[in-house]
Amino acid sequence: MAKAYPGLTAILVIWMGITPLFAQAQTSPQITQERNVLRIGSKNFNESYLLAEILAQTLEAGGFEVERKFGLGGTLICYEALLKGEIDAYVEYTGTLGQAILKLPGNPDTAAISRALDERLMLLDQFGFNNTYAIVVKAEVARQRGLRSVADLAGNDDLDMVFSHEFLEREDGWRGLAATYGLTAGVRGIEHGLAYQALNAGSIGVTDAYSTDGELVRYNLTVLDDTLNYFPSYYAAPLVHHNMPARARGLLKRLAGQIDDKRMQALNARVVFEGQSFAAVAREFLAPMGIVAPQAGTSMWTDLRTNTLRHLQLTGIALGLAIVLGLGISLLVYRHPGVSSGIIYFCGLLQTIPSIALLALMIPLFGIGMLPAVVALFLYSLLPILRNAITALANVDPVLVRVAEALGLSEMDQLRHVRVPLSLPAIFAGVRTAAVISIGTATLAAFIGAGGLGDPIVVGLSLDNVELILQGAIPAALLAIATEMLFGLLERRLRR
Amino acid sequence: MSNCVEFRQIAKTFEGRQVLQDINLSCPAGATTAIVGASGSGKTTLLQMVNGVLRPDAGDIFVFGQPIPGQGIEKFRRGIGYAVQSAGLFPHMSAEQNVTLVARLEGWDQDRVAARFAELLEEVDLPGDVAQRLPRELSGGQQQRLGLCRALMLRPRLLLLDEPFSAVDPITRVELYERFEYVKQAEGVSALLVTHDLREARRLAEYLVILHAGVVQQQGPTRDVLGNPESAYVESLVASQLD
Repeated sequence: MAKAYPGLTAILVIWMGITPLFAQAQTSPQITQERNVLRIGSKNFNESYLLAEILAQTLEAGGFEVERKFGLGGTLICYEALLKGEIDAYVEYTGTLGQAILKLPGNPDTAAISRALDERLMLLDQFGFNNTYAIVVKAEVARQRGLRSVADLAGNDDLDMVFSHEFLEREDGWRGLAATYGLTAGVRGIEHGLAYQALNAGSIGVTDAYSTDGELVRYNLTVLDDTLNYFPSYYAAPLVHHNMPARARGLLKRLAGQIDDKRMQALNARVVFEGQSFAAVAREFLAPMGIVAPQAGTSMWTDLRTNTLRHLQLTGIALGLAIVLGLGISLLVYRHPGVSSGIIYFCGLLQTIPSIALLALMIPLFGIGMLPAVVALFLYSLLPILRNAITALANVDPVLVRVAEALGLSEMDQLRHVRVPLSLPAIFAGVRTAAVISIGTATLAAFIGAGGLGDPIVVGLSLDNVELILQGAIPAALLAIATEMLFGLLERRLRR
Repeated sequence: MSNCVEFRQIAKTFEGRQVLQDINLSCPAGATTAIVGASGSGKTTLLQMVNGVLRPDAGDIFVFGQPIPGQGIEKFRRGIGYAVQSAGLFPHMSAEQNVTLVARLEGWDQDRVAARFAELLEEVDLPGDVAQRLPRELSGGQQQRLGLCRALMLRPRLLLLDEPFSAVDPITRVELYERFEYVKQAEGVSALLVTHDLREARRLAEYLVILHAGVVQQQGPTRDVLGNPESAYVESLVASQLD
C-alpha cells in the first residue's frame, strides 16, 4: 500500500532539483505561536482518508479548527505539501518514508527514519498496525492444513498460488519471497481486484493482499505470518510539520498504539463494505476514547453546491486570466510569424504534459490548494485561446486589410474595426474549447487539494464507490454541456 | 494643365524581381486615367504607391503637386478614395457602416454622416433599404456601388480604382459604367483606373497608359494611343481587344 506514481515521482524529483530557490522564495515565514486552524492532508485511498479524518476529529475535539485537504494525489504531493507547510500533518507509512522518500537501505526502524527526516518534520508515535504485503488464505483452509506462516506453504504445492501482477513483477514481491522461504510452487497472475472473490469462491488457494484491507474481515481470510521479516514494515503514524502547535501534537499522541491490524481491517471494512462515511467511522472509533468532535453536519446537497461553486471558481478564474493574457499576447505578436509560432509551440508543449503531472509540477512553486490548480488550468486554457486568436488575427483576408489601410485607418483602428471583429468567431471558438477543457481538467485539481467536483470523484475512486464518483462526474459533465450550450448561444448572438 | 498624380523615375523591386522601372507618368487632373496591362505588368503596384501603401525604391510621386508624406499618412489617405475588385466590403458591417466608417472616425456628426450617405446612395442609384443589410445579402453590382460610395464618402479629389468593374456580369458592368461616369461628374473627382480591359479604358478614360512588364509602353490621350500604337505590344493589344 501507500505507493507513489512512479512517473510522477521522477518528474517531481527532477523538478524539485531545479526549483529549490524558487521554493524557498515562496515559503512564507510561519507563525510559531499557537494557531487555531490546522490543515490535515490525506492521500487518495480509503485508509489514508479514514486516518486523516481520525486526526481531524481528534484535533477538533481538542478545540482546533481543521481544514481537510484530503485526497491529495500521492505520496510526494503530500510530502512536499507538508515540507512547505501547506498542510500541518498527514498519515505516512514507515516503509514509504524509508524507501520512496528518504531512500534508506534495508528495512529501517522508526528511530532511523526519524534521524533521516528533514528537520522541519516529525514522525509521531505509530497507530500500531502494519499495512504491508500479506500472503492470505481462507481461514478454513488455514485451519484444515494447519497453515500459520509463509514457510508452511512449502509442503502445499497443490494450493493454487495466484498473485497480483504487480506482486509478481516487483523486486520485493514474489521472487524474493520464494527465495527467502524456499518456495518452489508454480504461480500465476491475476488482477488484484478479482483475487479476493476468486479466493472466496475457492477457485484459487493463495494470494497477496495488504494486511489491513477490509476484505480480510469480509471474506474471513487468514494472514500467514512473515516469520523471516521478508516484507518491509509499513507502520502508519502521523507525520507533522514542527510548526504544528505542541498542544495539537499532544492530542495526536493519544492515538498512539490504538489501532492494530485487526482493528484497521475492521475500520476499513466499515467504509468499504458497509458504505459508512469516513466521518461516521472515525466518530464511532473515537467515542470510546472520550474524543468527541463537534458535529459538522453536511448533506450531499450542500457538498454538491460547495463543490460546484468551487469548480466554477477554479475554471472561471483560470479562464478569465487565460482570455485576458491570451488575447493580450495575441494582439502583441500576431504580426510576427516567428514569435507567434514560437509561443504556440510552447503552449502546445505545455498541453502534452499530462494534467496530473502538470498539477504536481505546480506544487514546488505554489504549494497546494487553489492557486496551483488555477495556474495549471490557466496554462491549459492558454493554447486554444492563443492559437485561435493568433491564427485568426494573422489570417484576416489581405484584401480587406489593404482596403482598411488605403481608407486611412490607423493600425489601432484596423485592429478595432476590422481584424478583431473578423477574428471574433474563431477567438470565441478558442475560448469555448478552453472552457470545456478547463471544466474537465479541474476535476483533477482535487488531487492537489483545490477541491471542486473532483473531490467526490477522488474519494469515490479510492473506495470503488460508484455513487460517490457519479456525485462528481455527473455535475461535471452537466457543467461541461451547459458551458457548451451557453457558448453556442452566445456565438449565435454574436453572428446575429 | 495641372496633374492629379505624377510619377517620376519610379523603380520598384520585389524579392529581387524588378516589377517597375523608370516610370514617368503625368495623370491630368479632372480626368480619368486608365492604366492598362496584363497581370504581372505592375499596374496594381503602381496604384498602391499613390496612397503610400507601397513605397517606391527610387523616384518620386506627387499627388496634386505634393509628395507623399512619411508622417500622417492616414490623413493623407483619407483625401484619396480607394475601390477594389469585388468591392472588398467588410463582411461584418452593414452597408451603411461600411460606407460611413471613415467619416465616423473623422469625427463627423451624425447628421452630416447621414446626409452624405443619403446623397451618395442617390448618386449611385441604390434604394435606401440597402443601408442596414450585410454585404452578403446584396448583389455583386450593389456591393460594387457601395464600394464606390465608401471611396467617395470623404469627398476626395482623387479616386484610385483597382479593377472595380471586373467581377460583375456584363449587363451590370455597363450599368456601373454609367453610374461611375455620372458620379464622377457630380463629385468632380479625378481618377486612376487600373484595368486589363482596353474596352473599359476606352469607355471611361480620357487618358491612357499602357504598361507591360514594368515599363510604360505608351501614354497619352486615349484616342491618340489607340489610333497610333507606337510599339508592337500596343498594336497587338489593340488588335486583340478592340477588333
